[in-house]
Amino acid sequence: MDNVIHYASLFLFAAGSFFVITGALGLLRFPDFYTRMHASGVTDTLGADLILWGMILQADGDWLLIAKLLIIMLFLMFTSPVSTHSIAHAAWVGGLNPLLGKELKHHDIAPDRDETKAPVEMPGGEEQNKGGAA
Amino acid sequence: MIMFVVATIAVIVAIVIALARAILGPSLYDRVLAGNAVGTKTILLLGLMGFLTGRPEFLDIALLYALMNFIATIAILKFFAYRTMSPQMRDMSPRLGNGNHDGGADG
Repeated sequence: MDNVIHYASLFLFAAGSFFVITGALGLLRFPDFYTRMHASGVTDTLGADLILWGMILQADGDWLLIAKLLIIMLFLMFTSPVSTHSIAHAAWVGGLNPLLGKELKHHDIAPDRDETKAPVEMPGGEEQNKGGAA
Repeated sequence: MIMFVVATIAVIVAIVIALARAILGPSLYDRVLAGNAVGTKTILLLGLMGFLTGRPEFLDIALLYALMNFIATIAILKFFAYRTMSPQMRDMSPRLGNGNHDGGADG
């Protein structure tokens, strides 16, 4: 029984670490604010919950510790969607536009585009980079 | 005990990456989002450090930090939306608008 709990918490810690690292990498590498928010949600929900469940299994049946960890988990479960939603709402109301379609494809070519401005509709599609001013 | 070390290192690496996004972030909202992510990972780091050093009372601090992180995010967003801490509830953005400039019936 001890072994089972040990290996279960080992698995939970490994999976939680994986999801925390994955969410942080997505937060660094995704091209847009709204996609970065999706990556941050991975850390906030799955990574945090898996690591907290691993800590609950390691608490040796100490009911005070388990209660505190469950309260932290419940609180994260309530506050992280609320804060994520309010960040997204503030960005949308503040005029930050998501990258869509063509903009998303051209992101690697022009990575230092001003993201606070509205996306410009580019006529000509792919030809506008090699075409030159006629 | 090795699993606590591994998880702690993973959380610290994730905090460093999120801090890089907070420094690089092109817009304000990227920085707020990265700050929120750093706060969530700090809660995990406090709990893990408590277990690692054999003092699980750190969980109280983690709980307090969870409360503070939520309130801080909301307060920062509210401050940057209204540029003051005691806003007059006026319509500051055309996207919120139910105002006159949006209707179009009166031309």
